[in-house]
Amino acid sequence: MPLSRSLPAAAVREATLDNGLKVLIQEVHTAPLASVWCWYRVGSRDEAPGLTGISHWCEHMNFKGTRNIPRDEMKGIIERYGGSWNGYTWIDQTTYLETASTEALDRMLFLEAERMDASLYDPAECESERNVIISELKGGENDPEQLLDHELTTAAFAVHPYRQPTIGWLPDLERMTRDDLYAHYRRYYVPSNATLVIAGDVDPDDVLARVEHHFGGIAARPRPERHTAIEPEVRAERRVILRRAGTTAYWRAGFHAPALTDPAFLPLLCADAVLTGAGGLNIWSGHKVPPPQRSARLYRALVDRGLASSIAGSLLPTEQPFLYYVAATVAEGRTLREVEDVVLDELGRIARDGITDGELAKARAQLRARFVYDGDSVTDIAHQLGYFETIASWRVYHDLAGRLGDVTIDEVNDAVRRCFRPENRTIGWFEPHE
Amino acid sequence: MPLFPNRHVLGNGATIITVENHTTPSIGMLVGVRAGSYQDPPGADGTAALVARLLDRGTATRTAASIADEVDSRGASLTIGAGRHQTSVSAICLADDLPAVAPIALDIVRSPSFPAEEVETRRAELLTAIAQEEDDPAARATDAMMEALYEKHPYKRRVRGTAASVARLSRADLQAFHGNWFTPCALTIVVAGDIDPAAVVDLVGSSLDAWTSAPPPSVTVPDAPLPGERRLIAVPMMNKAQTDVAYGFVGLRRTDPDYYAAWVMNNALGHFGLGGRLGESIRERQGMAYYVFSSLDATFGPGPLTIRAGVAPANVERTLASIDVELTRIVVEGLTSTEVAESKQYLAGSIPRQLETNAAIASFLMSAELFGLGLDLDARLPGILAGVTDAQVHAVARRLLHPPTATIAVAGPWRGTTP
Repeated sequence: MPLSRSLPAAAVREATLDNGLKVLIQEVHTAPLASVWCWYRVGSRDEAPGLTGISHWCEHMNFKGTRNIPRDEMKGIIERYGGSWNGYTWIDQTTYLETASTEALDRMLFLEAERMDASLYDPAECESERNVIISELKGGENDPEQLLDHELTTAAFAVHPYRQPTIGWLPDLERMTRDDLYAHYRRYYVPSNATLVIAGDVDPDDVLARVEHHFGGIAARPRPERHTAIEPEVRAERRVILRRAGTTAYWRAGFHAPALTDPAFLPLLCADAVLTGAGGLNIWSGHKVPPPQRSARLYRALVDRGLASSIAGSLLPTEQPFLYYVAATVAEGRTLREVEDVVLDELGRIARDGITDGELAKARAQLRARFVYDGDSVTDIAHQLGYFETIASWRVYHDLAGRLGDVTIDEVNDAVRRCFRPENRTIGWFEPHE
Repeated sequence: MPLFPNRHVLGNGATIITVENHTTPSIGMLVGVRAGSYQDPPGADGTAALVARLLDRGTATRTAASIADEVDSRGASLTIGAGRHQTSVSAICLADDLPAVAPIALDIVRSPSFPAEEVETRRAELLTAIAQEEDDPAARATDAMMEALYEKHPYKRRVRGTAASVARLSRADLQAFHGNWFTPCALTIVVAGDIDPAAVVDLVGSSLDAWTSAPPPSVTVPDAPLPGERRLIAVPMMNKAQTDVAYGFVGLRRTDPDYYAAWVMNNALGHFGLGGRLGESIRERQGMAYYVFSSLDATFGPGPLTIRAGVAPANVERTLASIDVELTRIVVEGLTSTEVAESKQYLAGSIPRQLETNAAIASFLMSAELFGLGLDLDARLPGILAGVTDAQVHAVARRLLHPPTATIAVAGPWRGTTP
């Protein structure tokens, strides 16, 4: 079999406009495509009580017309080039993307510049979108796992706004006004609070000239400070029980976990690979490639033994300490108690005895493979650059593969001992009834 | 930039398709067996689904544990599933690991051993998945629509089966299904990525060496009788927060000459932008739904054209009326020249983006091979789309969309229309 003949990773070109906009450009000449992502340092963690869900609602409004692009023309711009577009909001960030043929580059940059500075927030459109967002919320409530996730996350944090669901609480969605939305937009959508990422079949000098043309005229404004309460040290194990009509029981636990830039993050990521199979660090498209988990500890303890029909672990890269989740679907005829006993037994065992050299080697191999899979399109390459730059630095992601080799067994064992202390966990049960 | 796949047929009839893609040092491999739930014996719905769950649980020469260790230690991802017409094994791995991973992917298709204790564990898994769907309004709406729309056609059967039918399946049933349908001439293997095509053919060929068996019985899918009347089925699920609507018609086969016109029509109807005409009306103008779209399931048989939406119970009737209005307008007036041109341009322009990853390339070529569309389909698609006319789009809309005989299911906190 020939040695792999893949291309070396191209260097990332960085620039900052006078108005503070950060620009990252990566050349990828394997397909005549370009992907543009514009990232803003605002997410649900920035939301004050009474205004939860505002960042996500602003995201919706930023697709509904700008000064130079009427609402019903926004969609045609990218479609003309066979492109796709989307956006998402989460706890630390809001982002918008387009991927299309390279000829669309100028239009994509124009679109993002308009979105940054000139969204209309037409009052009638805001009102109409209120119902769309409430429909999105209600659709999520149809899923018991999503309900349980919200309840669990809210209970796990006493103080930190990571506890708030990104979709927002229904009473806030029912009461927020157009003025609230517009003020949030004007405050956070400023060049110094944004990172623009372009990956694809592009020439960086040409890209920068176009970026300057479209964004250079946007007024500089101070980057808003992010005030976030600090979660105090946990002292008590917490539990939530959701009882509703349903057919299947779900078990979920959240453990306070290190932030991306904490030295314990990578060791805990290795531990997650040992427990549930490596899931990678691409929250946009990682779900498309299921983790290699058939030999993982929790899979063998639960799924092979018929206690759970599925098991998943999730340690996501966040700016501040978030949660490590473990989730199981209870198999027909088995109980939440049985599943919980086995999971806690396994977590107690890993905290007590640590992992083996063989397991660490396997975790490294899995994570190295994931870093390859997580960058197999210009969209994903651009996503990873922008995602990590927004919460830390794009270099952190690029360095991770190299740092994998340095992770020691002791570091992993320290990380799991700390993570799986009983007082560090919040456990959630979804108990269905007829 | 066309794909330029290579195609090779082994002596035993297995087809191997390879595409080089050196953008990353990884590979997507898709093994397809031309048998799925359509081949479930009468009363044994869910056989293919359960067979799929057992394939990786042991073979004649490998234990489940050794398969798990081999795949996991390399960080390879292995996904197995059964659809209506095909059972698929999808593997993603680093290029250097293909010599180890490919033989496993092929062995589990060729020689699964169906260990008895594994049958029970995986049956419970499948029963859990069926139970989960019982609590999912989207699944309940789609199932109810399909059962009514294909009342006198095999497509009414559920791919996963029912709790009752799956409970009855025996190990012998699974072995028989495998023996009857998993044969080399029903096998297509697509490998895309950082490969040397000749080496891949050798690798696959040696794994399938000496595997000969009789061709399976040929299977045809009959036409589906068209409903004679409109039906509205309520599936009350009063514990849910929102309803799911499935509003459908019998569609057409992938090989139908009208397919490409239907593809364009469907894009304008329920996809372009934020859900085409349906999205513009129901989400954008009326703010009633977070999602509304239409999908065309054109396969060996005439799968459905389905419109889906998630709406509050108070908005169900208005949503159905809005769908009726939009469909009727299209049937009477056709789509505008601008809409047809925009959809054609979008679909043609999206081809390079849709064929960027190995998994996407493998899936595309598998479909092209299964339906005999030619492995240069990606290069020909822009020309095919350019040839679709406004008149053809209007004609296929008149052929497929008929609100007075639509089959509609609504699942969720809604008990039916107020009398």
